[in-house]
Amino acid sequence: VSEAPIILRGRKVVGGTTEGEALVTTDTISGWGGIEPRTGTVTETRHQLRGVSFKDKVLVFPGAKGSSGWSQYFHLTRLAGTAPKAMLYNRTTAKVALGAVVTRAPAVTDFDIDPLTVIRTGDWVRVDGDRGIVEVFRRKPD
Amino acid sequence: MELTRHEREMLDGDHGAAKQRAMDLLVRYGEALGAERLVETNNVCSTFIPSGPMVREYTGGSFDSAFSEFNLDSSDTVEMPRVAAYTCQLIQGLDAEHPEMRQVSGDAAALQKEGERFFGKRGVNLLSTCTPYQVGNVPVMGEHCAWMESSAVIYCNAVLGARTNTEGRESTGAASMTRRIPYWGYHLPENRGATHRVDLEIEVADMMDWGLLGYHVGEMVEEDVPALAGPARDASLIKLKHFGAAAASSGGVEMYHIPGVTPEAPTLEAAFHGRAPRETLRYGAAERRRAYENLNATAKSAEVDFIMLGCPHNSIEQVWLIANLLDGKKLSPSTELWVFTPRALREVADRSGYTDVIRAAGGHVLSDTCPAISRIMPKGTRVVATDSAKQAHYLPAITGVQTWFGSIEHCVQAAIDGRWSGGL
Repeated sequence: VSEAPIILRGRKVVGGTTEGEALVTTDTISGWGGIEPRTGTVTETRHQLRGVSFKDKVLVFPGAKGSSGWSQYFHLTRLAGTAPKAMLYNRTTAKVALGAVVTRAPAVTDFDIDPLTVIRTGDWVRVDGDRGIVEVFRRKPD
Repeated sequence: MELTRHEREMLDGDHGAAKQRAMDLLVRYGEALGAERLVETNNVCSTFIPSGPMVREYTGGSFDSAFSEFNLDSSDTVEMPRVAAYTCQLIQGLDAEHPEMRQVSGDAAALQKEGERFFGKRGVNLLSTCTPYQVGNVPVMGEHCAWMESSAVIYCNAVLGARTNTEGRESTGAASMTRRIPYWGYHLPENRGATHRVDLEIEVADMMDWGLLGYHVGEMVEEDVPALAGPARDASLIKLKHFGAAAASSGGVEMYHIPGVTPEAPTLEAAFHGRAPRETLRYGAAERRRAYENLNATAKSAEVDFIMLGCPHNSIEQVWLIANLLDGKKLSPSTELWVFTPRALREVADRSGYTDVIRAAGGHVLSDTCPAISRIMPKGTRVVATDSAKQAHYLPAITGVQTWFGSIEHCVQAAIDGRWSGGL
């Protein structure tokens, strides 16, 4: 029996639908100087996700910080095949919005409920970028 | 998003394929931001030359394909016409003139030279520095810009009173083609007011103080807008360059106010646009120490191999100071010293004799890039020392080296002794 999902409603950043395992951080992410695009791994020295790869994960994070190379570095993850499956974030900045657009993975922001308080690493998450709807399952549904 | 007739024509392809791709990206990006319209700009700082690490592996074989992918987010290749806006190239992937860098990446050096010819011919000004405001691109108060480079963006907004968000390679490429950028964020006057008050309980005077303050403030306010209250003395181009670069590395600060110093803050009240601060933070001896410890978190060995000065690129005043500290001295045989300054200022350093003094001591003067961007350091480097909070933040994450942060005097002393003896 599959559990009922928790549903979050937000605003479309990039359309498309996907689903996958969540990777959650409450630290903002640096693009250039904070990730290694060849592996999709976070490299920032004091970051919660240091050494962890977001490749094929639904990346849930507060927003972007640091260099203007943010979009270029996430752009490179798309070309290298290491991009997240989807991006869910809270704080809109030029860096994260452009980065999500050029990563071309479904992305949603401006949620009715803060995703960082609901989604845990390992949850199964369905993202409908066009409608801005995110379904959160504690286990992958059968 | 609401488009003007001209913008609609560009989107429909009436003005060529490059402008069509550029408008398509600007519309996708504007909608992702929640922008209602675009704004005109005639001041673009971007990066075009595909000589940086990794980017050069994905150029798609030609400068047009690299431009299409990385400057327009277009998977199909379009021809790059001349730029439509005043456009400058920022920092690049390497210094093709410097023998040690050429040795590391000979092909990249050739690619860079060819790229300079290609993009120069199409109207990209090769300032080739992270500090365009040091070499002639000084926007006026209120001017709408489309700039990359987080340390330049914060300088542009806070110190010059011009208006830009921290744009990326793709959005600035599109702006160079269309003279447009989303009217959002720091382009709107109401978003430029301070949100956080930072009470300075200790004096902030020298370069190291300003770097530590910036690093702490960035970590505290993240993407918000701080206003400093208290004894921040002797603000100048080099100190604000240093402060802003630090705050835009530990956080995402793009705008700040210093009452009586920065142009949109005649008073502390004016900095807040008459609103109450959302939060008040303090900066005292304990916060200063914490910033220092965070910046030196990776440094373990005192045996320093490599000293890097000039992030953001040094002003000529800083090059002169380094030359003074090195005059008549010799570097330790176990250290290398690289001093970075924009190529236009390198000419001034050469003419003023500073380059000769630095070289006589055993150091090098470089331009166009930095170790964090190029990922190039002297062979075998394990332990770095730098006077830059920004470089100390990024180098360990990018290259895995240990990094000491300190004053310019600590760094030059380490270059001479081969040992780190700095401290608070």
